Amino acid sequence: MNALSGKAAITGIGATEFSKNSGRSELRLAVEATLAALADAGIDPEEVDGLSTYTMDNNPEIELFRNIGGRDLKFFSRIHYGGGAACAPIMHAAMAVATGVAEVVVCYRAMNERSQYRFGAGFAPDATPTAEIAHYGYYVPFGLMSPASWVAMSARRYMHEYGVTSEDFGRIAVGFRDFAATNPNAWFYQQPITLEQHQASRWIVEPLHLLDCCQESDGAVAVVVTSAERARKLRQPPVIINAAAQGACDDQQMMTSYYRPDVARLSEMDLVANQLYAMAGLGPDDIQAAILYDHFSPFVLPQIEAFGFAPQGQAADFVREGNIARGGRLPVNTNGGQLGEAYIHGLNGVAEGVRLVRGQSVNQPGDCRNVVVTAGTGVPTSGLILTAG
Amino acid sequence: MNDVSDLYTRARTWIGKEAGKPTMARDVVNVPMIRRWCEAMGEENPIYVDAEAAQAEGFPGPVSPPAMLEVWTMARYRPGGRLPEEGIPVLNLFDEAGYTGVVATNIEQEYDRYLVEGDRVSYTAIVDDVSEEKRTGLGIGHFITIRYEFTDQNGGPVGRMLFRVLKFKPNLAQAKAPATESAGNEFPHPRPAITHDNAHYWEGIAKRELLIQKCSDCGHLRHPPGPGCPQCQSLEWETVKASGKGTLYSHVTMHHPRLPTFDYPLPVLLVELEEGVRIVANGIDLPASDLTIGMPLELDFVEVEPGYLLPGFRPARTGG
Repeated sequence: MNALSGKAAITGIGATEFSKNSGRSELRLAVEATLAALADAGIDPEEVDGLSTYTMDNNPEIELFRNIGGRDLKFFSRIHYGGGAACAPIMHAAMAVATGVAEVVVCYRAMNERSQYRFGAGFAPDATPTAEIAHYGYYVPFGLMSPASWVAMSARRYMHEYGVTSEDFGRIAVGFRDFAATNPNAWFYQQPITLEQHQASRWIVEPLHLLDCCQESDGAVAVVVTSAERARKLRQPPVIINAAAQGACDDQQMMTSYYRPDVARLSEMDLVANQLYAMAGLGPDDIQAAILYDHFSPFVLPQIEAFGFAPQGQAADFVREGNIARGGRLPVNTNGGQLGEAYIHGLNGVAEGVRLVRGQSVNQPGDCRNVVVTAGTGVPTSGLILTAG
Repeated sequence: MNDVSDLYTRARTWIGKEAGKPTMARDVVNVPMIRRWCEAMGEENPIYVDAEAAQAEGFPGPVSPPAMLEVWTMARYRPGGRLPEEGIPVLNLFDEAGYTGVVATNIEQEYDRYLVEGDRVSYTAIVDDVSEEKRTGLGIGHFITIRYEFTDQNGGPVGRMLFRVLKFKPNLAQAKAPATESAGNEFPHPRPAITHDNAHYWEGIAKRELLIQKCSDCGHLRHPPGPGCPQCQSLEWETVKASGKGTLYSHVTMHHPRLPTFDYPLPVLLVELEEGVRIVANGIDLPASDLTIGMPLELDFVEVEPGYLLPGFRPARTGG
């Protein structure tokens, strides 16, 4: 038995509203979401002794901690690679809880990425001589300088390898926006789109249309992790962290893994999926719903393949058959995803994964015993299997 | 909830409508005001104030400096600001939404004729455009463009003006605008960061050579450059000069957002060199519509700025 599987649980989730202009500081959003998550869990803020987030969040752990009235902070970690780390704080929190380093760990993400800065804008960094900045030198001087552009290069190759079209990407966006349309917390509540609208939306970076790209959002999400044993005594149904994993491999680059033998694969998600299934002792047929990271629609397809929901190269068929849509075999992103609900860099997806296991999703597809949640794609990534317990 | 885009939508309903009331100059064109304006501006051309000098240039008398076109109709100066009826309602929308900052960003004027003493100028002002929300160095805001048509006392056109202001939300936490390295050039082409590990690559490009890093021990080729061989962990390396032959492995066409110094739509290529490594570069004489994965390409170099070379790829010559 894996030493981590089943030891910890998510016992509280909280969020602010999702908007384009929160009108308050990122730190305040973090505080609001954290207090909401603790209230959901029924845990006093004074009990929090661990915090975890991931890079590109601007809120220091200690600032959040003092503003929620924390006492003794014994564990804090901040995981690299932005949205790719969305599930990793849950893993780190679970490890801290399983080892007795901490008892109550809050994972958080709070951003004004729309009103305060433009997260998805073009990027021309200072020419600082660090390895991380040097990386951009192979792309930005050629104008390949936005997250959409880095993903689009891989997406084009995927299309070429498997005969996939922009309409196949569009069906993903249409399905997620359908879920968002019935989620009152989604930015695109009551605003479904059609495949025709997807096809008519302007090019951002060919082959990506506007409606293949997620939003920029203001908002915050927090989740509370504690031991599975304690979670079973708290007010919400326990959501067990059955498996948690990080992954980077196969000549990994930050958004531009163009040098691996097969650019149409998300090798790091293959690595995460294999670890998750092994840790949980589960396979694709055991999963009732999934939250698959959707900053850009094309990368949903290789994730479907990484988790074995469809064979390599056949995810578009799986989508076309309606499997990931409302009423399908594997409803995906029932909150509307980041295309439809908000782009809180995957932590809103973790929260939806929790709701699915609890049976509390606004678009609850039925009983979801096991739910897969993934983090950002094209970057070093992470994932979870959440299980009713 | 969606107040930002509501603001944008509401502001855009003003396009094509009068920005404010038509306005007539309070004074006719006259030499005393011209003289004081010229003194303030450091303008010393005598035709604006001296009848003889003006006549020598073929004018009947002193003429108004063209740039004074708008001066004649300016609202009176009021300490504390304009009266409500002198305001521009479309700008008030932004004030009410918290976009309280204002800065005039540019003025373009066209002149039909010189104004002479006794002319009385009037204008009408039409809202010409309201931009999407922009991130600027001052804050997030919208550019509002107003088109003024100036006429004389007979209704004849004398000039027009595009007046653009930025209404912005002063923000304490603005992201910095993309940094620039070379002084004197406001928007230099983006530069790579040079490290001990990649300097050879960029130095080679500056000499029109594309150098691929090669492990001195096992011969493995690698790109992007790095200090260690992923195959054998050797830290010893050398370079081989790429033949320049390759094929198109993938490609994108950039539309948004747009950086200065690039032409859009902008194709960007991922090229597999015949040596086996791949690199990202732009095309040369290669429009997006001609791009086909697998097509043969050949290396060339583009001077994007004087002394700044980048590799690029053009279609391979047939038979080459």
